[in-house]
Amino acid sequence: MANTPAQLDKVVIRFAGDSGDGMQLTGDRFTSETAALGNDLSTLPNFPAEIRAPSGTLPGVSSFQLHFADHDVLTPGDAPDVLVAMNPAALKANLADVPRGATIIVNTDEFSRRNLAKVGYTTNPIEDGSLDSWQVRPVALTSITVEALAEFESLTRKEKERAKNMFALGLLSWMFTRPTAGTEAFLKSKFSDKPDILAANLAALYAGLHYGETTEEFAHRYEVAPAAAPAGTYRNITGNTALAYGFVAASHRSGLPLVLGSYPITPASDILHVLAGLKRYGVMTLQAEDEIGGIGMALGAAFGGALGLTTTSGPGIALKSETIGLAAALELPLVIVDVQRGGPSTGLPTKTEQSDLLQAMFGRNGESPVPIVAPQSPADCFDIAMEAVRIATTYRTPVFVLSDGYLANGSEPWRVPSARDLPDLKVEFTTEPNATDDGGEPVFYPYQRDPETLARPWVAPGTPGLEHRIGGIEKANLTGDISYDPDNHDLMVRLRAAKVAGITVPGIEVDDPTGDAEVLVLGWGSTYGPIAAAVREARSLGLSVARAHLRHLNPFPANLGEVLRSYSRVLVPEMNTGQLALLLRAEYLVDVQSVNQVRGLPFTISELVEAITTAVDAGSASPAAATVGAVR
Amino acid sequence: MTSHVTDLGMPRSGVADVPTLGEGQLPLTKKDFTSDQEVRWCPGCGDYAVLAAVQGFLPELGLRRENIVFVSGIGCSSRFPYYLDTYGMHSIHGRAPAIATGLATSRPDLSVWVVTGDGDALSIGGNHLIHALRRNVNITILLFNNKIYGLTKGQYSPTSETGTITKSTPMGSVDTPFNPLSLALGAEATFVARTMDSDRAHLTEVLRAAASHRGAAFVEIYQNCPIFNDGAFQLIKDRDSQAARLVKLVHGEPVSAGTENDRQVLVREPNGSVTFVPEAEAAGRPVVIHDATDPNPTAAFALSRLDDGTMAHVPMGIFRSISRPTNDDLVREQIATAVESAGRPSDDTALDALLRGNDTWTVE
Repeated sequence: MANTPAQLDKVVIRFAGDSGDGMQLTGDRFTSETAALGNDLSTLPNFPAEIRAPSGTLPGVSSFQLHFADHDVLTPGDAPDVLVAMNPAALKANLADVPRGATIIVNTDEFSRRNLAKVGYTTNPIEDGSLDSWQVRPVALTSITVEALAEFESLTRKEKERAKNMFALGLLSWMFTRPTAGTEAFLKSKFSDKPDILAANLAALYAGLHYGETTEEFAHRYEVAPAAAPAGTYRNITGNTALAYGFVAASHRSGLPLVLGSYPITPASDILHVLAGLKRYGVMTLQAEDEIGGIGMALGAAFGGALGLTTTSGPGIALKSETIGLAAALELPLVIVDVQRGGPSTGLPTKTEQSDLLQAMFGRNGESPVPIVAPQSPADCFDIAMEAVRIATTYRTPVFVLSDGYLANGSEPWRVPSARDLPDLKVEFTTEPNATDDGGEPVFYPYQRDPETLARPWVAPGTPGLEHRIGGIEKANLTGDISYDPDNHDLMVRLRAAKVAGITVPGIEVDDPTGDAEVLVLGWGSTYGPIAAAVREARSLGLSVARAHLRHLNPFPANLGEVLRSYSRVLVPEMNTGQLALLLRAEYLVDVQSVNQVRGLPFTISELVEAITTAVDAGSASPAAATVGAVR
Repeated sequence: MTSHVTDLGMPRSGVADVPTLGEGQLPLTKKDFTSDQEVRWCPGCGDYAVLAAVQGFLPELGLRRENIVFVSGIGCSSRFPYYLDTYGMHSIHGRAPAIATGLATSRPDLSVWVVTGDGDALSIGGNHLIHALRRNVNITILLFNNKIYGLTKGQYSPTSETGTITKSTPMGSVDTPFNPLSLALGAEATFVARTMDSDRAHLTEVLRAAASHRGAAFVEIYQNCPIFNDGAFQLIKDRDSQAARLVKLVHGEPVSAGTENDRQVLVREPNGSVTFVPEAEAAGRPVVIHDATDPNPTAAFALSRLDDGTMAHVPMGIFRSISRPTNDDLVREQIATAVESAGRPSDDTALDALLRGNDTWTVE
């Protein structure tokens, strides 16, 4: 049935299937097509920690959600408008998130009695009426794909079945009027040496497109117009890739070779993978024997005058802590990326959480202050990487970057900057004596500080005349010699603290359009999108609410205390049990209120809108009673 | 002794890429390598002798002092870098090999040395040690083995003999000790040697060979702790008892112990093991000729097992010195190849191309 596409302003699609069904790839391709069309978008992959959990089971379900719109998109969306369920497990695992009335495309071939039983369905939900409140589109995805590939005699049935994700992609591309040229080019490059597999995948993709066009089942076709965005060249980027590129850019702009020492860990490994492929940019990646070896190598390289980087997730930070303390004592530049995941211990390796803030802040022996920055979106990971390098090299200190699983794997369009417009990170090494001794002779003092930054000199070995020794034992101020003197230790502890506290960071900006809000919502890191979207929605409901977001967690922006004190109530949503709230209360004596969840997933907009509404209402009812429902 | 040990036909020196003193520059002396720091080891500590030997040997390399770096971990021996007027880092317990790996790999123009002890290298830092050896990073590792924890005041170490009575093992240690050389050989080390604090000439000779080895050079130095394990090596230090016990390994010569009149030689038994027999009884039997360059580590391993802890026969010298591409050379080579095949070093245009990728769109 030919028809004119209906216009939509936004759509949320979730592809769900077995972890072997290729749902992440399907989602990636659909995202790329959508980006090429100029929609704004945000994605959320969600996959199990097991590489291949038993097929057809609930633990094996992998999904990819994409939110795209003709306007600025802030989150991957709370609830899908369309769910593609490749088997009963995918349906069962995701149905609770799908609002009634939404579309569910199911692969009927997989709804066998055996597969239904695997996930505890006693009757077939497609037939028993339990899905009557949804618009169910049953498609025999597997068998139609196999049939469409009948002429490919060299392929086994299994190989043909494997192309069903391309059929699904074709169908969805038709439904939402997406171009497929990018996917065709992608397949051609991926299967360049396997012509049969390439032809089969293309055939499956076209079969999906044609199926949409010719089947009455899919009477409707939709279009989402491009979003308005500042002029420029755009690409889609994930947080992990943006971090990797940010460090390469920082290496380029600082003139320091980038040396990554890392040990594989979910969800940080992709940074290692991306950087390992960038040797052309002079990037050195060393996959170490363990987490401690990884940071040791990075620190050794930093001692040698390189840009030292180590990347990991929470459990890895626990192992690296002693070396981070050493870097703080040595006062050498070093960047530590923690892509946070659910904890404690192994926790939820593939799920997101923000629960390492206090570990980053305090997780070392002794007084060991370390600056902390946190990206607020996948694209912001690029800028935060450069900011971390600026702080590390300017102040000669280890710096934490707290990303998380949501930013790492999520993606969004990024306006690509031009290399020459990036911040100048040029580093000056010390090559001459910097002091005079009692006899008036020029000497080099490794702990003579820059009066402005309190940074000590960075001298690369190979510099004649400045030979010196540094170490983890307390050092005498100026000379750096071993010192057990009580007053010297007291001084050095305070100097290191003052150096970190004195780091120049931009002031926090408050988004308070009406200027009369009594409630401020303050977030940090990846909660930016959900908070901004929730605040937008709350305002559309007529609520007056202000919003601000922290990218610098240590030190805090200088104006933060003043901002906090200028609102009657401050809500702090975090994917932990109140870590930033604890710091804010301790630092500013402000009674901030936590909004928490640790479900391994980002906040939904609706739960935040509810918390905001309650907080605003509490104010209007009785300003004194600020206790709210979803608030702890 | 002759210079057999240093001429093993290695293709490229370990310090080949390190800048040397220029023409007309005065050679450095031991004094140039002595820092202004007061040495704070206990009186009589074997570390003094090793420090003196190292300070005495370094000028011989002819390298620029600023291109030499000593990295250490934690323990008595790890104070070493403070006393040498080179660049140095006194790091944290056990991690020196990892730190040195990052430094040596990113800076081929440095001569990087690791100073460590039996506790530092074989207990808390065991993992970093075996992986640095396996990778064959171009560093020289000096392991001071005194078979005891000194800095923490006398607990048993991973090389203490079973039964050792210490504060933490009042009824005797029940642990089986590591044989550091067997461990190094098992970890695919390309250079493995043993020497002793009190034999300055032998120590210097081994240092010379280790420094010129391209790759990870592992040197175990028997070192006396006069406070917590005094006399641990007395059997092989005492002139009377050492003769029959010391086995000085010389490349290309039969492995032997004892003096002119009472010499024993090492022979291979039919089952593959090795035994010392009086020279007179060795006729017609397969005598083990030491070949440090044998790619097969079996013979070197057998030599490492000669001392079963009783010090009946203690081989000293270079057990193994083979050539294998170093990890750091290979890592740098891959980068160089990638840069070369890109046609030019990274610049703004190259970075722009990376950031844009292959899938962009334009908003007017």
